[in-house]
Amino acid sequence: MPKLYSGAEIVFKCLEDQNVSHIFGYPGGAVLPIYDELKNFNSVKHILVRHEQGAGHAAEGYARSTGKPGVLLVTSGPGATNAVTALTDAYMDSVPLVCITGQVPTHLIGTDAFQECDTTGITRPCTKHNWLVKDINDLAEVMHKAFEVATTGRPGPVLVDIPKDIQFQKAKYKNFKNKQKLNGKSHNNYSQKNIDELINLISKAKKPIFYTGGGVINSGAKASELLRELVYATGFPITSTLQGLGCFPADDNQFLGMLGMHGTYEANNAMYSCDLMINVGARFDDRITGKIDEFSPKSKKVHIDIDPSSINKNVKVDLAIVGDIKSVLTSTLKTFKKSKNNFSKSNKHQISNWWEQIQKWRSKRSLDYIGSDETIKPQYAIERLYELTKDKDTYITTEVGQHQMWAAQHYKFNKPNRWMTSGGLGTMGYGLPAAVGVQIAHPEKLVIDIAGEASVLMTMQEMSTAVQYNLPIKIFILNNEYMGMVRQWQELLHDKNYSESYTAALPDFVKMAEAYGCVGIRAKTPEELDDKIIEMLNTDRPVIFDCLVDKQENCFPMIPSGKPHNQMLLGPKDQKEKKITGKGRTLV
Amino acid sequence: MASSKSAYSSAGKKQKLDTHIIVVWVDNEAGVLARVVGLFSGRGYNIESLAVAEVDQKQNISRITIVTTGTPQVVDQIKLQLKKLVPVHKVADFKREDKNVIFKEMALFKFVANNGKLNKAFEACKNFNPVILDKTNKSNVIQITALRREIDSMSKNLKKFGLVSVSRTGAVAMTRGSEIFK
Repeated sequence: MPKLYSGAEIVFKCLEDQNVSHIFGYPGGAVLPIYDELKNFNSVKHILVRHEQGAGHAAEGYARSTGKPGVLLVTSGPGATNAVTALTDAYMDSVPLVCITGQVPTHLIGTDAFQECDTTGITRPCTKHNWLVKDINDLAEVMHKAFEVATTGRPGPVLVDIPKDIQFQKAKYKNFKNKQKLNGKSHNNYSQKNIDELINLISKAKKPIFYTGGGVINSGAKASELLRELVYATGFPITSTLQGLGCFPADDNQFLGMLGMHGTYEANNAMYSCDLMINVGARFDDRITGKIDEFSPKSKKVHIDIDPSSINKNVKVDLAIVGDIKSVLTSTLKTFKKSKNNFSKSNKHQISNWWEQIQKWRSKRSLDYIGSDETIKPQYAIERLYELTKDKDTYITTEVGQHQMWAAQHYKFNKPNRWMTSGGLGTMGYGLPAAVGVQIAHPEKLVIDIAGEASVLMTMQEMSTAVQYNLPIKIFILNNEYMGMVRQWQELLHDKNYSESYTAALPDFVKMAEAYGCVGIRAKTPEELDDKIIEMLNTDRPVIFDCLVDKQENCFPMIPSGKPHNQMLLGPKDQKEKKITGKGRTLV
Repeated sequence: MASSKSAYSSAGKKQKLDTHIIVVWVDNEAGVLARVVGLFSGRGYNIESLAVAEVDQKQNISRITIVTTGTPQVVDQIKLQLKKLVPVHKVADFKREDKNVIFKEMALFKFVANNGKLNKAFEACKNFNPVILDKTNKSNVIQITALRREIDSMSKNLKKFGLVSVSRTGAVAMTRGSEIFK
């Protein structure tokens, strides 16, 4: 007789076989049998969060910084619904998550039992797939398939809903790992002909640009290496989306900075004027394209993506290459080296005018801001934070808003997996729990959440988690007392009617830090900023850093709504020189 | 300029919509129809009609036939999004004008009228394979199979013969000739 295991044991057997070392969770009635087994499986460490949304974002931070799937374990009903925001966030940003939820016993499903909800129904639109396990004999197979679905193809969240009676029932355990085929769904669907075509386009281009995104990061560290190799071999300029930051060194001369709504002048103008756009693992998001009809009107567009449904979804492309970035770039480089040896030198002349033009755009210095001796400019705070941490292998998470854009603009990332931010869904409250997850995965590394005071209050309770597990995360709050991005839109587009965007009763973050049992630091002037940041970095405990910044500062450059890339709003310096007239006036 | 106050771009030009018949082969498991239908509603695609039933008991495969309208780009998206669903095996797409494909819908008509009218009703249906499924001295139930628009006009025209109730299926489709869709 083979040994029989309870459903709860099978859950852990699967986690062990999937090499899961940490799970983020919160116990409750419908998952108690699983929690009961925790003590018998030492290789799986449980991190107790303070709210299920925190578990989700922590698992996301863990996943994004390691490339491994993040796992969360929550109870039925409110446990599951609280995790929905994090699941949706992971779905939008292609983060592999496996969410295990408890469910009321099978005979009570559909009776409106205590803490019952239709978990698989609620999470169907925000997961790649989900399962309600109604038969103990299916559990092991479903668990392993869940990991496979989450991590293969375009990664994303999955959910396994396990009724409480199934957790108690017994069955044989079989390791299904890597034995299942997903209905034969393959991910590499390109041919050598596609690659040849790409290389032909590359060799003909006079105004080329690489436009890279989170797909490069998701494809693994090797993909970033290959991308660098290809970019250097071609000598082409490169820009990146918010999610792609780090896949190419930000301090390299070929890098034009981030593109999109708050991207640099040179990146957006290059996207508008190019004759060849090579999209590597990005998805033509509306924050990137602006007005679709006028998006890069004169270019041939190549799209390399693992997800066939990303092709031609928003922007029609001329050449689609469906496949894993790592594999496509490997093939491309192989062919490229064979046929175009020494290309970057021989081709230099062909794209020299293009580079000259780009230098002209660059000389606008679109990220510049007007400095101050009295108040801390938020951009200055990020610059100083970068200068003081760049020699360390730093992991940055953010919340959502102005601080997030300033971080993306002014913090220079040189490695993949060092930048964790909520891009697609734009979830305020993402950064703090994500930092918890990152620090769990990288206990020796410096982890900083660049935050806004409004966002961070949404998941502030997770400081308690950080303290419990001695996670020395640094919460660097750019405190302007406003929901800054909301205030900015209201200033520019709603006649300065600052409706409900000011937080009149903020807590004292330093005292709050002390109440949580961590360290609070406040910086009020530019003069003391460096010392305070150094004090933060020298503190081997969780820190809440309350950086009081200019309350009126806006995030520029900016493409106003529904405008093409070549109609950007630059910072205050530029606006003084260039009076905005006509239609633009309604925007500014 | 109200639209300029939005953080989103304004909608582009309206394009011409085509009618397509999408056929999806799926694992017949709990919630699979909700996944397919939820994808349509969640992404704002149209469903004009829907027909679904298991077609392979051994392998538990169901065949879903969906009539939808959309721009070519939207129809492409529908297919690609459907193919991403885990229980989906394959997806076929036919234009309604496609001569190589048979589309049929079935309808049940109930007539309550005198004998003369009932006979006329049956006569009016004769081009659409009418079958009398039930008959009393003041009513009958007729089954017809036809195209959607034919059933549309029939249900309008037959009112005068005492049509009191209509029940109809969504369209089902099959290619002509020996070919099958792989």
